[in-house]
Formats: sequence, C-alpha cells, structure tokens
Amino acid sequence: MKTLVAAQRLSLMACAALALTACGTPAQPSGMDMPSTPAAPAAPVATNTVSIKDFAFAPPLVTVKAGTTVTWTNGDTEPHTVTSNGGGPLKSPTMNSGDTFRYTFTTPGHFDYLCTIHPFMTGTVEVTP
Amino acid sequence: MNEPDPDGMTRRQLLRHTAWFGAAVVLTVAAGEVISHIHTPDAPVPDDPNALRFVQVSDSHIGFTGAANTAVTDSFHRAVDQVNALPYRPDFVIHTGDLTHLSTPAQFDQVRQMMGGIRAGGLFTVPGEHDSVDDAGQKYRAAFGKGSTGDGWYSFDLKGAHFIALVNTLNLEKLGHLGVDQVEFVRKDVAGLSSDTPIVVFSHIPLFAMYPQWGWGTDDAGQVLNLLRRFASVTCLNGHVHQLFTKTEGNVTFHSATTTAYPLPKPGTAPAPAPVTLPAGQLADALGIREVTYRQGPQPLAVKDVRLA
Repeated sequence: MKTLVAAQRLSLMACAALALTACGTPAQPSGMDMPSTPAAPAAPVATNTVSIKDFAFAPPLVTVKAGTTVTWTNGDTEPHTVTSNGGGPLKSPTMNSGDTFRYTFTTPGHFDYLCTIHPFMTGTVEVTP
Repeated sequence: MNEPDPDGMTRRQLLRHTAWFGAAVVLTVAAGEVISHIHTPDAPVPDDPNALRFVQVSDSHIGFTGAANTAVTDSFHRAVDQVNALPYRPDFVIHTGDLTHLSTPAQFDQVRQMMGGIRAGGLFTVPGEHDSVDDAGQKYRAAFGKGSTGDGWYSFDLKGAHFIALVNTLNLEKLGHLGVDQVEFVRKDVAGLSSDTPIVVFSHIPLFAMYPQWGWGTDDAGQVLNLLRRFASVTCLNGHVHQLFTKTEGNVTFHSATTTAYPLPKPGTAPAPAPVTLPAGQLADALGIREVTYRQGPQPLAVKDVRLA
C-alpha cells in the first residue's frame, strides 16, 4: 500500500504542478479570484462583416454608422452564437458551420456580445450617429 | 498503444500504474479499465452496505455529429449500460451537464429518455452551457429542473453527506458565473450544518481556475468556497473540460470528470478548446464514468474513474 500512496501523492503533485503552470497563481477564495486574459486593446475596424474563426470574432471590435447591417459568418466547424451581454439586442439562433447572422443597428451605442456556448469569445460593435 | 517514453513514465502511465495498484480490491467490480483512483488506504470497499455510492457521468453532448465522435448516442448508451452493470445499485447518478449539444427540444427529449434507462436510487443533473444555448436554460429546466429553485440549483442530504448542485452556466461572460442569488442560497443552505458534515458540490464549469483563457473557471466561485471554508471536507465535482484533473486547495478537493462524448485539448496545448479527433481506436481511452464512494466518518470520498467499457 505504501507504493500506492506514494504513487497517488506523485500523481497529485503532478496535477498541482500542471495547475500552477497552466493557471499562474492558484485561485484565492476571495470573489474576484480569476486571472483574466490580458486585455489586448483591439483596434476598432470600420467594417460590417465579422468572421467567426478558431473560436474568435474577427475583428473583435467593429465600428459602423447607425442604420448599418452587420453580418457574422461562422467559419468554424463548431457551432457558435452572437448574443448580447445582459439585455442587449443581439440574439442569434445557434449558428452551425457556414451559417450567417445579420442585425441592423438603428441606434448609436456600444454593443458588447459573446458566444453563449463559448463565452470566452467576445466582441463589440460601436455604432456611431 | 502508448509510445515508449525514454524519460520514464508519462502521466497517463502513472495514472494507470496508480490505478493498477490502487484497484486491487475493486478491479473485480469495474466494467471498464480503471484510469484513476483516489482515496485513502482505509476507504470503504465497494460492497459495504452502509457506504454512500453514486456515479458521475458528464458531457454526453447528445446531438453532436462531428468527426471527434460520430456516435455520441452509442457512447452514452454504453455509459448507461456500464452503470446498470455495476454490482451495486448506485444511490444516485449525477450528470454534470452538457447533456445536449445544442439545447434543441429533440436533443432534450432524447437524452431524457436515455437517462430514464439508468437504474439508480435517484437521478440528478446540473446544466452545461450547451444546455442553455438560446433560452437561458428554460428547456433544460422544463426537462430536468423539477424540485430545483432559482435558475435550477438545489441541495439534498444523503447518508450523512450534504450535496449542493449549482448552476454556473447562465449569465456568462468569459467565465462561469454563479450570481448573488445563488451565493445567498448556499449561505442559507449550509448555515445550520455541523462543520463535520462532508460537503459535495456539483457544477458544470470548474469552481477552480483550471484554465481561465478558455473559460475554464468561475469568476465568483470564491464567494461560495468561502462559505464552505469551515467544513472539514469539501469535494467539488465538475465536467465541462472533458478530461480528468484533480486539485486540492486547503479543505477543498476539485475533480474534473471526463466525458462520454469526445476529448478536448489539454489546457493551452491548442489554439482553442475544439473537439479533438483521436486516431482510430483511441477514442474509448478518453471517455469514461466516475464512481464515488463515501462511508460515514472522517475519511474523504473515494473517487474512481473508469474507462468506458
């Protein structure tokens, strides 16, 4: 049984080491404990088309004038959605590979959205007057 | 199947090695190959009639049709058969989410019928984000939410242990999220419990920071873990990541389960957490179910992960 315990300890240590390298610092039980992805400031791009590729919206930040229709196209084999954070207007159905979703922005504003299936995928549409 | 490793044991071999030694008393009851086994040497044996015994299955993704597993329904059927072939009747079976792939009514109907074939004392679920793709979990709760409160959370007691089933797949932004209502639910739920009560927490997304870049963590989990800090033993069982992983932080041990559907990459080893298509014949190695045993007393829960037969 000593061998078993030692092997288990070794296994747990391997797990712990992997966790440290994978996650940076271990989670502190204090509410805001998650190291977030470094916020790479995305340069806004003036375009009305957004591609979904490799689990990312590209470009992640687009600017359009009010009245513009923005089109998202899923280029991944996995399904995605385009869904507003909170109570915003974007609510696509599930987009399978090759599907497109269109929305016409009628009012100026800042519209954040994400994929409900992979919520680490985020994007923003800036609508100017 | 594994390539020889000139540097010695790979982690997988180590797990197999551990299991081989650790499984001496339980191999006879395992339908599939034991792939990890974590307990103390005096953990209860499987035929102890006073032991609490339950099975965790996860991430069945009914409706997935990709190359990584073209027959997820068959895989989940095998998991159900494997549970039903156990030499004991589990006190309950918990499915830790992503029952369906895309939350369609047909997928919910199919997985509910398949779950109905499980022979156990009870059947519990928590939702995954794939179960609330387009309706904030309404179809999930219609199919599986009976007896739950709020957005689908609940708790129960069994054989001396207290179980809390949490929903951290709604109101998402980057990471899993519990929300103030659910934290308050846990605060009231555990308020009257003795600190020596073993606590078991179910959630889909990990309650620890397994890999936040892929959303494998829960941003406000610390608030719940703080409420559980005074308890001697807390075991958190999650799915979502489609691979085995174990981590201990103080009084809390986290166990990520594998899937019955398809593997995902190890953290950071791929550009995105997309389904991994393994070479022919290797898929079954990545799939499995988990048996958990607990006998009243100070020892921790025994966790045994078994390959899908």
